[in-house]
Amino acid sequence: MRKLALPDELLLNIEKPARYIGGEVNSVMKDLEEVDIRFAMCFPDVYEIGMSHLGLQILYDMFNRRKDVWCERVFSPWVDMDKVMRERKIPLFALESQEPVRDFDFLGITIQYEMCYTNILQILDLSQIPLHSKERTDNDPIVIGGGPCAYNPEPLADFFDLFYIGDGETVYDELLDAYKQCRQDGKSRLEFLECAAEVEGIYVPQFYESEYHEDGTLSSFPAANPHAPAKIKKQVVVDMDNTVYPLSPVVPYIKAAQDRVVLEIQRGCIRGCRFCQAGMLYRPTRERDVAILKEYAKAMLENTGHEEICLSSLSSSDYSKLQELITFLIEEFQGKGINISLPSLRIDAFSMEAMQKVQDIRKSSLTFAPEAGSQRMRDVINKGLTEEDILSGAGQAFEGGWSKVKLYFMLGLPTEEEEDMREIAALSDRVARRYYEIPKECRHGKCQITASTSFFVPKPFTPFQWAPMCTAEEYVRRASVVKHAFSEQLNRKSLKYNWHDAEVTVLEGVFARGDRRLGVVLEEAYRLGCLFDSWTETFHNEPWMKAFENTGIDPDFYTLRQRGSDELFPWDFIEIGVKKDFLYREWNRAMEGTVTPNCRQQCSGCGAAVFGGGVCYESKN
Amino acid sequence: MKVRIKFRKYGALRFIGHLDVMRFFQKVMRRAQIPIAFTSGYSPHMIMSFASPLGIGLTSDGEYFDIELTESISSEEAVRRMNAVTAEGIEVVSFRQIAEEKKMTGMAILAAADYLVGMSIEEEPGFFKKYKADFKAFLEQPQIIVMKKTKRSEQEVNIRPMIYQMDLQENGVYLKLAAGSVKNLKPELVMSAFCQFAGIDEKKISYTWHRLEMYAQRASDEWKEPEKRKLVSLESLGKIIESREIHD
Repeated sequence: MRKLALPDELLLNIEKPARYIGGEVNSVMKDLEEVDIRFAMCFPDVYEIGMSHLGLQILYDMFNRRKDVWCERVFSPWVDMDKVMRERKIPLFALESQEPVRDFDFLGITIQYEMCYTNILQILDLSQIPLHSKERTDNDPIVIGGGPCAYNPEPLADFFDLFYIGDGETVYDELLDAYKQCRQDGKSRLEFLECAAEVEGIYVPQFYESEYHEDGTLSSFPAANPHAPAKIKKQVVVDMDNTVYPLSPVVPYIKAAQDRVVLEIQRGCIRGCRFCQAGMLYRPTRERDVAILKEYAKAMLENTGHEEICLSSLSSSDYSKLQELITFLIEEFQGKGINISLPSLRIDAFSMEAMQKVQDIRKSSLTFAPEAGSQRMRDVINKGLTEEDILSGAGQAFEGGWSKVKLYFMLGLPTEEEEDMREIAALSDRVARRYYEIPKECRHGKCQITASTSFFVPKPFTPFQWAPMCTAEEYVRRASVVKHAFSEQLNRKSLKYNWHDAEVTVLEGVFARGDRRLGVVLEEAYRLGCLFDSWTETFHNEPWMKAFENTGIDPDFYTLRQRGSDELFPWDFIEIGVKKDFLYREWNRAMEGTVTPNCRQQCSGCGAAVFGGGVCYESKN
Repeated sequence: MKVRIKFRKYGALRFIGHLDVMRFFQKVMRRAQIPIAFTSGYSPHMIMSFASPLGIGLTSDGEYFDIELTESISSEEAVRRMNAVTAEGIEVVSFRQIAEEKKMTGMAILAAADYLVGMSIEEEPGFFKKYKADFKAFLEQPQIIVMKKTKRSEQEVNIRPMIYQMDLQENGVYLKLAAGSVKNLKPELVMSAFCQFAGIDEKKISYTWHRLEMYAQRASDEWKEPEKRKLVSLESLGKIIESREIHD
């Protein structure tokens, strides 16, 4: 029987002990005698969030297919457990073996959002691994990062030995084989890092130096080790049908955020919204074969016993075999008590019909993301959605029986004026009015329109990477303009308005486009107690502001500045396929309010065709 | 066709609460492809009812839930299939056909449960051997009044009539206690009362809690006369479903 790392009396006195015991269905146990490499795969947030992440399940499955590797999972201990582990000096352990992470060969951390950075330091700290890469010895695990935030790894450069840039399915085997070889040859940690630097897509931050202009901007970023290439190439799975997929994902005992089978139907997005980082990072769009997806769905439902299946992708409506797939899922599984949860789809006759089949329309709400209130603003961000699209979509939904609609917007987009802000309220009102255009006998009481705004954060590798952000005060002012506009309207009963926290947004903005000088701020914030910054209940802005003050770093440098056309960005050494001059062209088109067609309408020559697959070659086959 | 499933819960799974155990078994039913019946209506759910929730921290050799089947499956086959897809810490022990009447569900007929409570104090191995006399005196009290806390109120309750049996053993205490919807007594309450009676500082004690079995009362009017109490395990009320081949 597995022995737990934590004593009973401790587990009985903390929230959700199941977060720390492992042993779930489909979790993998191995005999240490038969394993050469121990890999601790970490999602730096609580168990229920981390276990809902598809990427982690993909890599867990992929690593454990190798006989010589045992991959285990690690999550952030929640604040109650964090406290006890510190008091009793209990080292952080992996769930499967319940053994300390510090004894592993690798600690892999997926970095999904900026506000988890202090949690990464917590993971290292509780694992009793030196925080700085340069302080680690041959006895410490190799700390490797991946995920969307690894596309600007610089604020985390001090804390990681390696970053893996791109789809995880491609070069891990090569990296692990190199590790085994180095160890057999008795090579040092540094020598292994040099080997790793030669694997395409692997970035070793300590092999690079950053130099700055007097104004604080980056002047050069030379590789300072002969093994390190000047540019790092993003890794891409070109053929999505000949790659691994976890058909037996781990099934948590406690309810995870995503307590269902997740079927990734495609990677990438054809749309080219100018604010969207994922839309650029994951180019080119690559579909999975529908016949294979059907088999996956069946196998995964059987192997997990989940009662729900959902589809995952960006802009799912663009998946070319969507109708066929959804029809299959409904016909095959609905009679067996399996819920089918549809992603947000573009409203058309088919999706209305499908939604009516799988959802209780009285209870569920429909979500639209117009992203901006005015047409001018939507053209700036290249949303490719007209007001007519929105109103007719809402109209169809109302006629189909829905009465609750959620609308998502962003505030603080480049070139935004008061007029654009007020249009958020006006558009929401027009959606509500559309409801009262349907005959009274077809309505289900009042409609409920909930408009939410988040504040826009410019991200690396997007056309808006040059854009300035606003101050927290300005964001709050803009939200109050919207709020005011809502309250001036006649219809106040069926309209509701929520907005996101401004202070977190500013911090997210600092780290999104930050450089390696921010490492000290991060460390200082962590020392001052910042942890779980993505959780409203645990986020505190004051210690963060104190951390900037104590380290003498000005956050405004990273947020308020409009970046120049010739500025060298800290992330420019990464090649994602999409070229910087394409992004700049898009930035200029945004300033003109010119829309760019999507990948299926017309190729804009972004550069992603270099990978030799996906949507770039669809019509050429 | 109604069926009663008996299972064991042990090891790390003692940290999984009742609601999660229910979710766990719903998924087991699917993985094992047990032909379980669903309720009708817009959001159908499995027809599955647990005899008595087991608190977090307790292990058990005798947990029960009843389900309804849409078609027959042999007991042996069902147990085998479920155990093939369970996790370490939950083991299905039996799968037996039970009476169809609603009033015969495990939850409705539950009358008593057995517990094994382990007690130890780190510095004093076998410490409570010296409490033998206190133990006897504790049980000889005509009344044992404790404060029973519910979500809404606190109430004085005499728990003595709900203690059917209490024996001192090598490393702890064996208890047979009233259980079910009419009267229900938790072992924690008995042990606290005993510690208080014997003047033992409960904070020093580390406990292990283990449920052994759950029982039904043979006939309801025998309640009043404890000596006539006849308890039968919930499992024994079901009968083994033979596989078709043998049956035919």
